[in-house]
Amino acid sequence: MTVKALMSHPMETGLRKNKKTGKKIPAHFIEEVIAKVGDKTVMEAYWGTAISKNPYLSFKYSGSKGDVLTVSWIDNQGESATETAKVK
Amino acid sequence: MKRRTLLKTSLVTGVIASTGLLIPGRVLAAYPKAAFESIDIPGALTAAMGSSEYAESGDIKIKAPEIAENGAVVPVQVTSSIADTESITLIVSNNPNPMAASFNMHGSEAFVSVRVKMRKTSDVLAVVKAGGSLHAAKQEVKVTIGGCGG
Repeated sequence: MTVKALMSHPMETGLRKNKKTGKKIPAHFIEEVIAKVGDKTVMEAYWGTAISKNPYLSFKYSGSKGDVLTVSWIDNQGESATETAKVK
Repeated sequence: MKRRTLLKTSLVTGVIASTGLLIPGRVLAAYPKAAFESIDIPGALTAAMGSSEYAESGDIKIKAPEIAENGAVVPVQVTSSIADTESITLIVSNNPNPMAASFNMHGSEAFVSVRVKMRKTSDVLAVVKAGGSLHAAKQEVKVTIGGCGG
């Protein structure tokens, strides 16, 4: 099964400056993405600041149609999101 | 003095509790912070996997553009046909912090596809951990406009 996921996130490196104020924009990036089918983890990703804005992730796992796949992420500021999809 | 101690304690408890609620696995999983903060490749690999020694391998395929016009969004795809691939770590050699990502396969097919930022022309290195040793392949990506500016 091939999974393709798009996440909505600024993925700030902490190195960019706000052009108007000259102040550094604080780092804000996804640190961890976990994909699970039921209780079983099928993929786990650790990310740094070099992952592009609004991250795209694709991976493959052995499973079957009808699996309920959950993808969660958590960022360095403690924000998180979870999406669930049925595998077709 | 006492009041301050109390505040500190409750703050810590609060953080732990909320983290636990968001993703239960988070508390157990270990984010390799030192590896991502490392400014050189051997440092990053050692912090992430305990060693920076790897053997070049033709069994790892990297699919990335030869020339990337926009360094902010460079698609990189890695496939490993090494048996029992445990993890795939992506390194962008010329970035301020070379380590970009690490993927634990958990028995899944050894394939990942992501988009990374590249400051300038650089090698993209894919390091695979399998059977306790490290294997790697690399490909150069020429970057026209760097991906770290504002």
